[in-house]
Amino acid sequence: MIIVYSVATLGILGLIYGLGLAYASRKFHVEVDPKIEKITEILPQANCGACGYPGCSAYAEAIVNNGVDINKCAPGGSAVLGQISKIMGVEATATERKVALIHCQSGGSNNTFFRYKYEGIPTCKAAVQLSNGPNLCNYGCVFQNDCLEACNFDAIHLDENGMRIIDKEKCTSCGACVKACPRDLIELVPVKKRVHVLCSSQDKGAVARPACGNKTACIGCGLCVKKCPVDAITLNNNLAVINYEKCINCGQCADVCPTAAIFDPLKEVRAKKKAEAKAKAEAAKKKVEAAKQKAAEDKE
Amino acid sequence: MELIGRIFALAIATIFVHNFVLARFLGLCPYIGVSKKLDSALGMGMAVIFVMTLASTFTWLIQTFVLVPLGLEFLQTIAFILTIASLVQLVEMVIQKTAPALYKALGVYLPLITTNCAVLGVAILNINEELNFIGAILNGLFAGLGFTLVLVLMAGIRERLDKAEVPASMKGMPIAMIVAGSMALAFLGFSGLNI
Repeated sequence: MIIVYSVATLGILGLIYGLGLAYASRKFHVEVDPKIEKITEILPQANCGACGYPGCSAYAEAIVNNGVDINKCAPGGSAVLGQISKIMGVEATATERKVALIHCQSGGSNNTFFRYKYEGIPTCKAAVQLSNGPNLCNYGCVFQNDCLEACNFDAIHLDENGMRIIDKEKCTSCGACVKACPRDLIELVPVKKRVHVLCSSQDKGAVARPACGNKTACIGCGLCVKKCPVDAITLNNNLAVINYEKCINCGQCADVCPTAAIFDPLKEVRAKKKAEAKAKAEAAKKKVEAAKQKAAEDKE
Repeated sequence: MELIGRIFALAIATIFVHNFVLARFLGLCPYIGVSKKLDSALGMGMAVIFVMTLASTFTWLIQTFVLVPLGLEFLQTIAFILTIASLVQLVEMVIQKTAPALYKALGVYLPLITTNCAVLGVAILNINEELNFIGAILNGLFAGLGFTLVLVLMAGIRERLDKAEVPASMKGMPIAMIVAGSMALAFLGFSGLNI
């Protein structure tokens, strides 16, 4: 009997509350702008915070209610931007797509020189604090994967040497890895720019070069600064820094860099072309000389 | 006169001597979580006062007129949780409709109160201490006031702590825990009051 009573009591109580709430939700219904819901659905739901708002729905609300710019969603990119601009009736001004770039090319955990073996808490933040990190280089990657774990989009991978490689297709430039790296090695750079300084060492050349596992440390020689035709490179604390607003992708800095700290994927192609051109010119020269010689012989 | 004296005694006992946070250790989650800023602490406190008073009222009615006559006192906890949850939902809707500004200020705290054990605690204590209807409502009100008092004090201290020179390893949560402990010790002094 008591079971029947208890079930009935709770059932009736629940029913009354439920009906009451249902009635109240009708009676006290607040109109919400349907645009907010639509935009929230379009946004990638990564809740990464790259837009500066706590989560996608908060950003959608800010767009509709406060007229915030619609181009702040980095993970969504231009696809999301187009859809939002349709809903809002606002002209879309796309921001340049950026990708994360690691300013260190240590050669990976297999090649880097260590001064001791780190076996502590497996985070970069902890490793960096133990007598300036296990690396011989005081500025390089310490290989504990804080950036990998911070990435929500599976865009950072390890190569066979233990180097961190950023997948440009998957990277949404949300900036999570930039915040995660305790050595500030990661920067968001425009995807169109090709030429990068892949080193963050502020040591002088004599210290920086032997410490780097890949021998590609920036030694602060300043050749690139002199060579750059648009003055896009400056030397800060023995480290060359490219100003991407000025850079024109010419790659001359990569050509003169004595340690290959400045990386340009087209450098070899260019070098090959140059060599070919040189070979051709030499061949032509030889031909001319041979012809001259022949002419002289003929005269004789 | 005697009535006022009794109400005063109840107020002192609930706010100071048996403070919900520092003596009964209920509602510790918002005590640590929402005490970073004075404004939000005050907002949370107001919401808790409101919900505690209402919850005391309704749970007392449910207990006296439904559970006791049917001999179902063992359903107390689940029935109270049901009541409190629905009540908070209703309050949220009403506030959203009638006072959008207040709704925004309370923000996420209002639904959070549903799961606050202090609210369920005051409802059950009302029954255990066999308070009458008016007593239960007042107890709910004073319990909320005590909660707000402690929360605001804590927020005030933590705002000052932000500017103070705290050793790096103690910054943030560790020093907050020490402050909480010191406050509990200070409030222990009230337990000597004999009312």
